[in-house]
Amino acid sequence: MSIKIDRDRCVGCQRCTVVCPGSLIEMQAGKAVMKYPRDCWGCASCVKECPAEAIAFFLGADIGGSGSTMTVSESGDVLHWKIHCWDGTVKVIDVDRKNANQY
Amino acid sequence: MSKKLCTIKLYTDVLIIGGGTAGCYAALTVSRRSGLSVLIAEKANIWRSGCLAAGVNAINAYIVPGHTPQDYVRYAANDANGIVRPDLLLTAAERFNAVTADLEKLGLVILKNKDGSYAARGNRNIKINGENLKPLLAKAVQQASNVQVLNHVNMTDLLVQDGRVFGAVGFSLQDAVLYDIRAGAVLIATGGAAGLYRPNNPGFSRHKMWYPPFNTGAGYAMGIRAGAEMTTFEMRFIALRCKDTIAPTGTIAQGVHARQVNARGDVYEKQYGRTTSERVYGTVRENQLGHGPCYLQTSGISPEQERDLLKAYLNMAPSQTLKWVESGCLPGRQDVEIEGTEPYIVGGHTASGYWVNTQRESTIHALYAAGDVAGGCPQKYVTGALAEGEIAAEDIIRKYRKVKQPSALDVQVQCIAAAYETILKEQTPVYSTEELEEAMQKVMDVYAGGISSNYQFNEKQLSIAADKIDRLTALSSYVAAENMHELLFAYELKDRLTVCKVLIAHLMSRKETRWHAFNENLDYPNTNDRYLGYVNSRMIGGKLQILFRDLVKGASYEHKD
Repeated sequence: MSIKIDRDRCVGCQRCTVVCPGSLIEMQAGKAVMKYPRDCWGCASCVKECPAEAIAFFLGADIGGSGSTMTVSESGDVLHWKIHCWDGTVKVIDVDRKNANQY
Repeated sequence: MSKKLCTIKLYTDVLIIGGGTAGCYAALTVSRRSGLSVLIAEKANIWRSGCLAAGVNAINAYIVPGHTPQDYVRYAANDANGIVRPDLLLTAAERFNAVTADLEKLGLVILKNKDGSYAARGNRNIKINGENLKPLLAKAVQQASNVQVLNHVNMTDLLVQDGRVFGAVGFSLQDAVLYDIRAGAVLIATGGAAGLYRPNNPGFSRHKMWYPPFNTGAGYAMGIRAGAEMTTFEMRFIALRCKDTIAPTGTIAQGVHARQVNARGDVYEKQYGRTTSERVYGTVRENQLGHGPCYLQTSGISPEQERDLLKAYLNMAPSQTLKWVESGCLPGRQDVEIEGTEPYIVGGHTASGYWVNTQRESTIHALYAAGDVAGGCPQKYVTGALAEGEIAAEDIIRKYRKVKQPSALDVQVQCIAAAYETILKEQTPVYSTEELEEAMQKVMDVYAGGISSNYQFNEKQLSIAADKIDRLTALSSYVAAENMHELLFAYELKDRLTVCKVLIAHLMSRKETRWHAFNENLDYPNTNDRYLGYVNSRMIGGKLQILFRDLVKGASYEHKD
């Protein structure tokens, strides 16, 4: 369980370095870098915070990951969770922050 | 790394160590109800730090219509087999609903019935969208008057003299700076301890655990070192979780009423009982008997239920939704495999933590504890952490008086600075911090009832664990750090070793099995009413002393000895 940061997409806003509850991300030459990938809790705070969809979340192979990644974009109160599957397909799940969980 | 740290000395009325759920709410309370200045020292950034980073999908401690706070006390006392502090549970439960209403004012979305009342999930829970609960709290703190937040500052030691706290010392994660913070009162709200035992996924995904891996027991450790009394560490917490992702199971169990079944499809939960520890124990036993793996029976749920589950998990444990989608094994088609986690010390779920009076003051004067670091009040969860932050803050305001800082404390600060600088010196020790952490987790796993020993142990194994933890503690004096972040790792190791030492002593002292899995002593497999009381401990002159205390019966408790 960890994240990958796309250097080309990163806009250097530093928001991910601020929100990471483990302070695991740092800036190197104006770009965010995941300094301690094995220490990631998988909370996805940085993934939600990134304004450029530059941070992708994935499951480690040791916990059954198949190589898919997940990014998030936001419009208003809606979070668009995009799962980029290993086979090239993309599945989007929208979650409205104004709606409570049914469970 | 330069060897000399620059010192910044600060004065505040109230120092709060840890800006998670309890710490943020305590800061808000002091700000709203007094003119006292507050300083929060937070090792990460309060925006997403602590247990609520990923979100939470329900308020699990709420008094729903038809129930009373006393019902909650009875429920939690029964679940903990009697080892609780009723005064702490009642004072927390009386505030569950008021703090929830306050959260709603701060912007929390709560599911409502048509008549506007909150929609209940079971007898004690309400449904929310808690994905952004922590940012809502953090925003309120940022807007509060007289509250200063020091993010990325890790506190390591309390400044205590003659049984009273005068502040704390820590360091910046970003700059070569030591913080010497003096205060009239200090609240510890650092959370519990993860990473003591070898985790479910010890390799690349070692931090994919139930509890925040960044909650490393710092608050317990600094209290233990300063001589504060601790209680009930032996009541470890083990969560029953979805396999691999370690995502919550309660959402599935309560949301779609999925039952626990073994590989044969038998519903086994009835055989073992339904307390929190019995649910874990049943799963362990079924695996031992060769009936594993165990599952939550979700196959056959409706497409609508499945869709709602995928969304609910995105709001608190997105890894589970990713796993379902990428594997194609959606919960409607395939049961969800479950497993127990490694044990944690966490006062929000069990009763481990600081021994406090009803107002949440510890045995050190002017030092308070709230949330997961405070003991005696299990199943307090988010609302209980908020309530405890509020109770502690109210008492701090009520009793506040300016104190003169004793000059002798400057020597303590110099010693702490020297300890930091020793670790930061250029050196090449044989073992790295990470290697010693791995060794500690292995010792705890094998000899102190971890996953590989089915959470069970005997006295001989515990004494081996105690020896090995002492040896690792000696080795931890030589760890080195190349930068301030590595200095944090070094202190996290030291703090965990301190917590392990106290935990083992507590496990050895309760010579019975009061809770399956949480404290499963094979030399004493039954409960023994001689132990229907608290096991407490105190470090005095470097020696750990165990104290047995009788159950508190009344509505309030004050420290006497």
